[in-house]
Amino acid sequence: MSEENKNILSVQNLHTSFFTDNGEVCAVNGVNFNLEKGKTLGIVGESGSGKSVTAYSVMQILAETGKVTEGKILYNGQNILDWNEKKLQKFRGENVSIIFQDPMTSLNPTFTVGYQMMEAVRLHTNKTKEEARARAIEMLTLVGVNEPEARIKQYPYELSGGMRQRVMIAMSLCCEPDILIADEPTTALDVTIQAQILELMQDLQKKLGMAIIMVTHDLGVIASMCDEILVMYGGRICERGTADEIFYNPCHEYTKGLLRSIPRVDNMNEKLVPIGGTPINMLNMPEGCAFCPRCANALKICLTEKPDEYQVGEDHLASCWMNVKELIESEEA
Amino acid sequence: MAEEKNLLEVSHLKQYFPVSQGFHKVPLKAVDDISFAIKPGETLGLVGESGCGKTTVGRTLLRLYEPTAGKITFDGNVLFDSGEQYDANGELIVDEKGRPVLGKKVNADMLPYRKQMQMVFQDPYSSLNPRMTVEDIIGEPLDTHKLYSSKGERRDRILELMETVGLNAEHAMRYAHEFSGGQRQRIGIARALAVNPKFIVCDEPVSALDVSIQAQVINMFEELQEKLGLAYLFIAHDLLVVHHISDRIAVMYLGHMMEIADADELNDHPMHPYTLSLLSAVPIPDPETARRSKRIVLEGDVPSPLKMPSGCPFRTRCRYATEQCSIARPQLTDRGNGHFVACWNR
Repeated sequence: MSEENKNILSVQNLHTSFFTDNGEVCAVNGVNFNLEKGKTLGIVGESGSGKSVTAYSVMQILAETGKVTEGKILYNGQNILDWNEKKLQKFRGENVSIIFQDPMTSLNPTFTVGYQMMEAVRLHTNKTKEEARARAIEMLTLVGVNEPEARIKQYPYELSGGMRQRVMIAMSLCCEPDILIADEPTTALDVTIQAQILELMQDLQKKLGMAIIMVTHDLGVIASMCDEILVMYGGRICERGTADEIFYNPCHEYTKGLLRSIPRVDNMNEKLVPIGGTPINMLNMPEGCAFCPRCANALKICLTEKPDEYQVGEDHLASCWMNVKELIESEEA
Repeated sequence: MAEEKNLLEVSHLKQYFPVSQGFHKVPLKAVDDISFAIKPGETLGLVGESGCGKTTVGRTLLRLYEPTAGKITFDGNVLFDSGEQYDANGELIVDEKGRPVLGKKVNADMLPYRKQMQMVFQDPYSSLNPRMTVEDIIGEPLDTHKLYSSKGERRDRILELMETVGLNAEHAMRYAHEFSGGQRQRIGIARALAVNPKFIVCDEPVSALDVSIQAQVINMFEELQEKLGLAYLFIAHDLLVVHHISDRIAVMYLGHMMEIADADELNDHPMHPYTLSLLSAVPIPDPETARRSKRIVLEGDVPSPLKMPSGCPFRTRCRYATEQCSIARPQLTDRGNGHFVACWNR
């Protein structure tokens, strides 16, 4: 039972679909993961891999056409999918909060920064306006915004990109959530500002002890931040493990391809090895492994059957038939 | 050994944009006094934060903007010269009243040169006309420069170009929206190649693409360079990509050139404090290196180019800044091995 209690969030067999005019799009197909208190989980993948939809499913902020069709999302052992909207509203912000990629579009341009922060505080607590204002200033100071008293009277357009993202982080941490979901938090920022924000998130995690789900396509960001990494492709998890396992001992053909295709310090003078083909169309998913059409080492079985997750090391799982190649070949023989 | 001739030479290039502030027009100094050269078949990487003027440099080179001052020489021909003259130390020659002594002004007709210098844009979604077929998009430069004698020749050339960039010839009659991001970028590259240029400005050509597609496009740039002997000005903010593709790298900050050196030299021995922090801020996709390296986090944001600091533009965020940095702007000076740095303290 103690094993259960360690996990603050547990996602089991999550399926999320969008019902569009062109048919059902299965954006997430059977995702499982556990998040421990105070840990950082990284979800990495290309656009359309279902990484953001997984995060939005946990927050229950899917677009109107989207719906969780199967599975459980357990927060401290309770399935949030059974909760009504009122309970969910309390859950968002107080227990889980999110920061988005583009800090300009996620802040309301018609209200001051202070108003938007105080709104969040007053929605979730019984604080008076004055207390909420003090809390907003306290949070802005915490995230390293200079002159917070002046800033709360400013509008988002008056702030730089890095400042806006700090405001977003301050706002999301106002009610001390246990889980912070960061959906590509630094993609829109310059490298020097990105370094500031990543440093800030790590500092805040040490101070406040929240767990972080880091959703990104940047393998560099993932390498330095995360305790556990999920690699997603076509709405499924292809590989999971610690940063060291994923980067030094990749066991899924997609992860291997991804690592070969990015410029790194040690392959500067060699040619990159790109992954052939184009990302899959979610409307017409292959029957077997989602990566099979682009995989150079695909086996016969990859075409027809989805691989299970195989244990390839301690805390390291990969769903690729290549890991049980010998077994399949002996069976065929 | 004779020094190889430069394909492109830029000296003291300035590009100011007028910005109204109340009743006044003030100049926004997007690019302020930049000099560099590119050899035939070479790739010069240009890096810097957003708003540092790297895209403006690329566009000004092609004269998409009218330069405010400076001199651009391409393949021995002067494309633009505002007439200011500089002595051997890089000081502006002025008369007794402090006005610059002007030499011959040049403002060449660009049409013949556009055949030799082309551009690939960042956003493959907005740089292709949605109402034109791929054949027309790639064929347009051929029409402009009258590079064919018959319809059949035009079509053959277009199909040849599509093959060069790895597009299927059957797709010639399709529209841009029917293609994925990577394929659209290939169309943009085919359009640039149509006139057989010697030099291409690549303005963030892979930033809008997915990681697995980026490598395909980067490899294609490298293959084309080998095959056609192209020179690139490769503008990007991803330092790892720039390091991978470039022979030399130039670092810009607030419209000024801070450092320029051989790609490996710059990464192994960066000298300018700004380059140091820029390199240390790059998230390295390698957990071991990431644990060992220490980020040099820069305080604050880039100052507004309308309120440029006096002296060295970087001094407000530089930890080595001294009094001298606020008095005079450091010039790019040679520190050996073609490594140029503009800093008083390094």
